[in-house]
Amino acid sequence: MVSLLSDVAIIGVGWYGFSPVTLEASFREMAFEAAVSAYEDAGDLDPRKDIDAFVTCEEDYWAGISITDEFMPDQLGGVLKPVYTVAGDGLQGIASAYMKIKTGLFDTVVVEAHSKASDILTFHEIMNFGFDPLYTSHIDAHPYYLAGLEANYYMLTSGVGREHLAMIVEKNKRNAITNPLASYGSKLSVDEILEAKYVVYPLSVMDIAPLIDVAIVFVLATKDKAKKLSDNPIWIEGVGWATETNYIETRNFGEALYARIAADMAYRLAGIEDPKKQIDLAEIDDKFSYKELMHVEALKLSNRYSSHLDLERGEFNRNGPLPVNPGGGFIGIGHGLEAGGLIKLLEATLQLRGEAVGRQVKGVKRCVVQSWRDIPTATGAVVVLSNEEV
Amino acid sequence: MKMNINLKNRVAIVGAGLTLFRRRLKETPKELAWAAAKMALESAGLELSDVDAVVIGTAPDAFDGIHMKGEYLADGSGGTGKPVMRVYVGGGTGVFTPIAGWWHVASGLFDVVLAVAEEKMSPAMPHPQSVFAHIWDPIIERPIGPNLIWIFALEMHRYMYKYNIKKEDIARVSVKNKRNALDHPAAQLGAKITVEDVLNSEMLVYPVQRLDISPVSDGAAAVVMVSEHIARRITDSPVWVEGVGWSLDTVHWTGRDLAYPKYVECAARMAYKMAGITNPAREIDVAEVYDPFDYKELHHMEGLMLARKGEAPILTREGITERDGDLPINPSGGLLGVGNPIAAAGMMKVTEIYWQLRGEAGKRQVKKPVYTGLAQAWGDLMQVGTVIVLRAG
Amino acid sequence: MDEKVRLKGTPIKRFDETITVERSSTAKYAWTAGQAISRFLVELKKGKLIGRRCNKCRRILIPPRMYCESCFRATDEWIYVEPIGTVNTAVVSYITTTREKLEKPLIIAVIEIEGTGGSGLFHYLEGVNPEDVINRKVFGMRVKAVWKPEAEREGSINDIKYFVPITGGEEK
Repeated sequence: MVSLLSDVAIIGVGWYGFSPVTLEASFREMAFEAAVSAYEDAGDLDPRKDIDAFVTCEEDYWAGISITDEFMPDQLGGVLKPVYTVAGDGLQGIASAYMKIKTGLFDTVVVEAHSKASDILTFHEIMNFGFDPLYTSHIDAHPYYLAGLEANYYMLTSGVGREHLAMIVEKNKRNAITNPLASYGSKLSVDEILEAKYVVYPLSVMDIAPLIDVAIVFVLATKDKAKKLSDNPIWIEGVGWATETNYIETRNFGEALYARIAADMAYRLAGIEDPKKQIDLAEIDDKFSYKELMHVEALKLSNRYSSHLDLERGEFNRNGPLPVNPGGGFIGIGHGLEAGGLIKLLEATLQLRGEAVGRQVKGVKRCVVQSWRDIPTATGAVVVLSNEEV
Repeated sequence: MKMNINLKNRVAIVGAGLTLFRRRLKETPKELAWAAAKMALESAGLELSDVDAVVIGTAPDAFDGIHMKGEYLADGSGGTGKPVMRVYVGGGTGVFTPIAGWWHVASGLFDVVLAVAEEKMSPAMPHPQSVFAHIWDPIIERPIGPNLIWIFALEMHRYMYKYNIKKEDIARVSVKNKRNALDHPAAQLGAKITVEDVLNSEMLVYPVQRLDISPVSDGAAAVVMVSEHIARRITDSPVWVEGVGWSLDTVHWTGRDLAYPKYVECAARMAYKMAGITNPAREIDVAEVYDPFDYKELHHMEGLMLARKGEAPILTREGITERDGDLPINPSGGLLGVGNPIAAAGMMKVTEIYWQLRGEAGKRQVKKPVYTGLAQAWGDLMQVGTVIVLRAG
Repeated sequence: MDEKVRLKGTPIKRFDETITVERSSTAKYAWTAGQAISRFLVELKKGKLIGRRCNKCRRILIPPRMYCESCFRATDEWIYVEPIGTVNTAVVSYITTTREKLEKPLIIAVIEIEGTGGSGLFHYLEGVNPEDVINRKVFGMRVKAVWKPEAEREGSINDIKYFVPITGGEEK
């Protein structure tokens, strides 16, 4: 694999929603509003002329429409242009756009993902429909049993206690209070969090990130275009994504191998050898509280089975040496289906631009962003960003 | 968008695999994907451990009956522990999957990529048609109770009206493709039929009759795509990806010109520009054109600028699109003859061009020498065109 | 690959020739109609057809949307249009959605709404014979919407029952 740093930049971001319910707009209208903002932010681009390709990230069953990509070109300005869907998380869409720019054929590529989770009346039933129909569909339980199994295994092997999960919740909900985009910020003590009701032992309602509606649009460009169009390009130094296995029986519980493989790829492209030293801020997938700890280890930001000790020392706090989810994470902001990765990417981009109102961390130069595709997958992606051109 | 002089890396197809296409196959979706992927790797002389990344193509989740079908298929497609991405443009997915494979390699990120397409339509109950009921706008179209065949019939009839095309000229496509399919080892519906058979078959939605339509199928297909230095090392006859293009039109299909697939033209122009093709009718030697319905082959030939508007039926009547004609179209037998497991069917077209350009198509090999071939698919709400141009090495 | 290759795959005639596992999804949604379609449905209930005009390309978009996909800009204003148009294309369906035979065939058409600059609706067409569709007499025919009685309308595209030909002498 060969790569040059600073080949691909984020030059525009736009969003709509960040709200538990958005009754005023359809998902198409939400995406239009996000796109208008992103194109303006990218230096007043006209997508009918200035954009070479469009990527949308979505899944049919989240939309309730078969072949849901039919409904995407109009509101992005992509009619009769190269538009396609990645059936995956927003960060996989970013990776796809990154590759296209790297071919030399495309100058500007748009990535969109949205969540209209409030339209879904049977979220967990649909989630269950993602399990293997032959091997696991006989288990007639809430799909979060899989998170419970994994959390139990991880806690047993790592020495993590429920109080550590509560500390993650406490940190992320507190960080969210000052983030204007966050819906679920609150000040709660670890003891209060530990009193919450279990959903699947050892996880309580507090340990599970709630859903929001959101549409997010990113504009990516080559270095030449970025320098022409943008005062504050954010460079994508590395991307990585991986699927461990769909068979839940053979997964390496407690290790988040998908995140490790994806991070290794992204770090290699970004030339990062010592992530702990070279990364200033991490946006880590916390759809479940314990996942933040597992993912921090998979990304080599803590040693194996010691992330909870770093947590205890406050290292991941907003004012700590390695802030993790300083904007509140999914637990504080809410998570948005396939837009999840873009929620995290947006947080990191705003931090690197110095525009993270209410949650700005000082002196951030390089961020790592990571997402996981939720139950029942073992798939995730990683992006490394920097505000310094190399 | 820039010309191909800016392209950094060439990409070759070096192996291809297929399963049988049938109304019902006993294998699970994973097993079908595995069979096609294994055949593709073996034909390239490569092993799974050589594969850097996997691209999966598969159409609606509701057919196989699994939410996040790409995740489910990852293992069978050889993706365990690797970068896996599923791409999706409805019926256009089969040709789009190797297009995505192309940029995985052309980006310089990967050397060996496995592109796998699978579709198992048979599990959907009570009939796969019931899945298509969910492709419409849920608020303003679905309440009317549309049938998938309606929209194609509406398009076909507009095309016939605008260019004054006779039904029997369209039926010739079905006759040709089903006959071609007799020589294809995967074929579900190879047959010797006549134009009269098509015109006498059950009327479904006038002007669409049963023999105008491709069947419902199960199946999988795969290709191996590699960077130039790997291709030079492992084969004497790589097939180069010279051009890729795709385009998605507005979802509001009722406001479009239904007589002409503009989106296919846009996709073709993108691919031709990249491949340096200025006169496609002369420079394309053989083409696999998407033919889920017989009129679609004609419609798409015109969108691809292989025929002038309204004139594809004339080329067909004159035998120019036969295997021994000047412009062979669908020598495989197409979707009408080989079958239509949606994404796998599109990828089958790419495998056919691959074998044609290597001279390995056996009895299906077209008469004239071929250097440049094209595969095209189409999908969504009659909305997307996907085009790949391949050249013999 | 020549025609003699043996490909993998085990054809079966019926599912009872193998072991199957039945599974159905309980996928339920409440789709947000949004700004444009909400107003469209409210007006349908009143027996009116409304679109959104883009002042750049001058088209009236039906079904309405808050953005013009052609110009990529927000549309400008609400415009009522007469539910009258011409038949762009039409077909005769002899089958249902799940492919069962229909006793009485249905005629379905795409209707270009007059004065919109190209917006079309697809709906049922009544008052013409299947033969008129087959011999293409209906193409270009002027048609008008027939509404459900006011009490039966519910804010749905089906508040229009179907379109029928405008007979000689009759005008809007």
